[in-house]
Amino acid sequence: MAGATITHAVHNRLAINRLGLWLFIISESFLFSVLLSSRYFLQGVRRPEEVNQPLGLAISIVLLLSSLTAYRGEMAAAYGEQRRFRQNILFTIGLASLFLVGVGIEWKEAFHFFPPSSGYGTLFFTLTGVHAFHVLTGILALLVVFFLGRDGRFTKGNYWGVEGVVKYWHFVDVAWVFIYPTLYLVS
Amino acid sequence: MAVLTALRPIGKGLAFAVVGFLIGAGAATLLTTITDRPATQPVITLGYLFALIGWVLGVGLWDNWAREWFGLPVKNTEAFGWPRYFRFTTDHKTIGVQYLVTFVVLFLLAGLLSVLMRLELMAPGQTIMGAKDFNTTMSLHGIIMIAVAVATFLGGFANFTIPLLIGAEDVAFPRINALSYWIVPPVAVLLILTPFFGGFDTGWTAYPPLAVVNATGGLLFVLAFLTFGVSSILGGLNFLATIIMLRAPGMTWGRLPIFVWSIFAAALISLTATQFVAYGLLMIILDRVVGTAFFDAARGGKPLLYEHIFWFYSHPAVYIMILPGFGVALEVLTHFSRKPLFAYKYVVGAILAIVALSFIVWAHHLYTSGMPSYLHLPFMITTEIISIPTGVIFLAGLGTIWLGRLWLTTPMLFALAFLFNFVIGGVTGIFLADVPTDINLQDNYFVVAHFHYTIMGGEIFALMAGIYYWFPKITGRMHSEALGKVHFWWMFIAYQVTFIPMFWAGIQGMNRRVADYTPELGGINLFISVASFLLAASFLVMVYNLVRAWVRGPKASDNPWRARTLEWQTSSPPPLENFTRPPVVVGHPYDYGVPGSVHSAAAPAGGAGDKETH
Repeated sequence: MAGATITHAVHNRLAINRLGLWLFIISESFLFSVLLSSRYFLQGVRRPEEVNQPLGLAISIVLLLSSLTAYRGEMAAAYGEQRRFRQNILFTIGLASLFLVGVGIEWKEAFHFFPPSSGYGTLFFTLTGVHAFHVLTGILALLVVFFLGRDGRFTKGNYWGVEGVVKYWHFVDVAWVFIYPTLYLVS
Repeated sequence: MAVLTALRPIGKGLAFAVVGFLIGAGAATLLTTITDRPATQPVITLGYLFALIGWVLGVGLWDNWAREWFGLPVKNTEAFGWPRYFRFTTDHKTIGVQYLVTFVVLFLLAGLLSVLMRLELMAPGQTIMGAKDFNTTMSLHGIIMIAVAVATFLGGFANFTIPLLIGAEDVAFPRINALSYWIVPPVAVLLILTPFFGGFDTGWTAYPPLAVVNATGGLLFVLAFLTFGVSSILGGLNFLATIIMLRAPGMTWGRLPIFVWSIFAAALISLTATQFVAYGLLMIILDRVVGTAFFDAARGGKPLLYEHIFWFYSHPAVYIMILPGFGVALEVLTHFSRKPLFAYKYVVGAILAIVALSFIVWAHHLYTSGMPSYLHLPFMITTEIISIPTGVIFLAGLGTIWLGRLWLTTPMLFALAFLFNFVIGGVTGIFLADVPTDINLQDNYFVVAHFHYTIMGGEIFALMAGIYYWFPKITGRMHSEALGKVHFWWMFIAYQVTFIPMFWAGIQGMNRRVADYTPELGGINLFISVASFLLAASFLVMVYNLVRAWVRGPKASDNPWRARTLEWQTSSPPPLENFTRPPVVVGHPYDYGVPGSVHSAAAPAGGAGDKETH
């Protein structure tokens, strides 16, 4: 349709994108809230002794740190500091992958003590699994942002891709802030 | 050859789906061999998930969108003319038509399934099919009709009309919009395949433990339902963002057409509550495929968890269906009464109150399920309270037609019938909200009749009203009003004759979802069956009328109903960018007969103060 005249007011694309992301986050928070509720509905606050506390704490710290580097990456992109932006996104991807490795180790142990076919294992594997899936999608999105950034696609005034992915990443972290005590601390 | 070129994206989608299936199925085979578990269900689940991803990528997500993520230039595969309906198209009007046609076809298909059920129930004992086939027929009828009820409004009408009604050129996220439509065909394919995998016998509610242990058809059904949920979450997100951000200058919240408000409300529910059913279905899939213990009481699971989660979605979901029904009915009643919508602000308040209340009534589906009895009273009270806002909406409908000069067109007749049916549906609902009566009426035909009076008598009549109302705008052709009225009276009378006796049959103890009944109920069932065949036949009139009009009907004028809202102020069908001149809203949409009132300034004729003669 070359030559079609655009007759409408130019909308604030950034505001629309931001709203869309927040709506998505609201939607996803309903998913995580029902995940958490099902733990209490099925198992109350029962928790096996074999849950690996030091490892749980360690991966929580790693994930929270990754939010910090993600924030620094976003700010660097906002100020147009390409090098620092790419460094921090790379740090974030590294920390996120470390988190996934930690979950993997935790799963290996959990298979032994409370496999997915057991009452607690059902919830443990489902909650960490759904969250790990979100972490994985976050890593893929961060990789996309990193490579697009290397091609110079983000500039000072135009970095919505970075902002969107980093906001999503914060959401994935906040979800873990609720999942961690639910699985590792309450009893 | 032109046809082949036009269908190339679909072929590409199918090819990608096959590749995806092989990857997923291969991975699942490998995993099950290592862990020494039965392979069938994991192979189907993973194979389907990857096939679904392959399908949406192939059909257009890759070319139109995903290439961007890899730094490649996007290839626009959009087309014009009829091939655009078979493309990953971002135009909301095309997507609206894709949704409407797909789901009207599915509606007719699921209607045929109900004819099969009524054939079986014509006489006591087995007549045309065994109990197992009856269960599959009943379950398929249920889930397809639920999908139709959700998607014709939130997918079809909302897509076509919302940007027009608010004066926008498209939705907020056109590519997500296209994605949410192209997720749907796999749902239909899975559902149609279920009978070849042993069928499924849970009804559309998929209660465990049966849903965990039944034939593989049950797994296909759960995967289809989950996929449909993803599509409706994306749809809800899109319409919320569209209505919040893309309103034309002057289109304040207080001037939104009532159908836009109803879609806003339905989209809110769709965005949030659908995540619950997604998790409920995920639990069933995990129990089936991985062997988790969500619903196995011996290992610490509780089937009741599913019922809570399922109804936390599915009760609000009936408002995803009925609120847009209210919207269309009020819209049509106002335009054809030539009066302002009565108590507009109260109606908006009532719609939003229903959204809030819909989240705290779910357990009235669980009175007989073994939930703690101290929960009965609070849920009975919240359920009763919801009749106040629905009553407000009903009274607003009556207030609108009161002393109006009714123009009894086909859409108007359907909207009036909506009011009539919804009273019956609403009043009979009280007996199901009250614990003492509900415990006796649970799972019998009284429930079937009540449900069909609200959703079929309510929403499907509103769907018909909407189809006849917007048909000239969508196709640019005029249907035959005479045939439309024949369809209306035929359907209306056959409908009443079919469903009124079901209340009686239910009180007599006729169980729902069962292929057989006691011989004493033979007479009434024969009567219901014959009536239902007449009801089904009425839709042939509609199909003939609409198909004929679409192919070679007379050209429709831009505003055949002389309505004031924005969609009628542009050509029929509207141009690609919807309005040749951007509309500016300066007044309320429904101020018919109010001296000097104008709805939109930039739009040509048809505005306020028209001297109506009909």
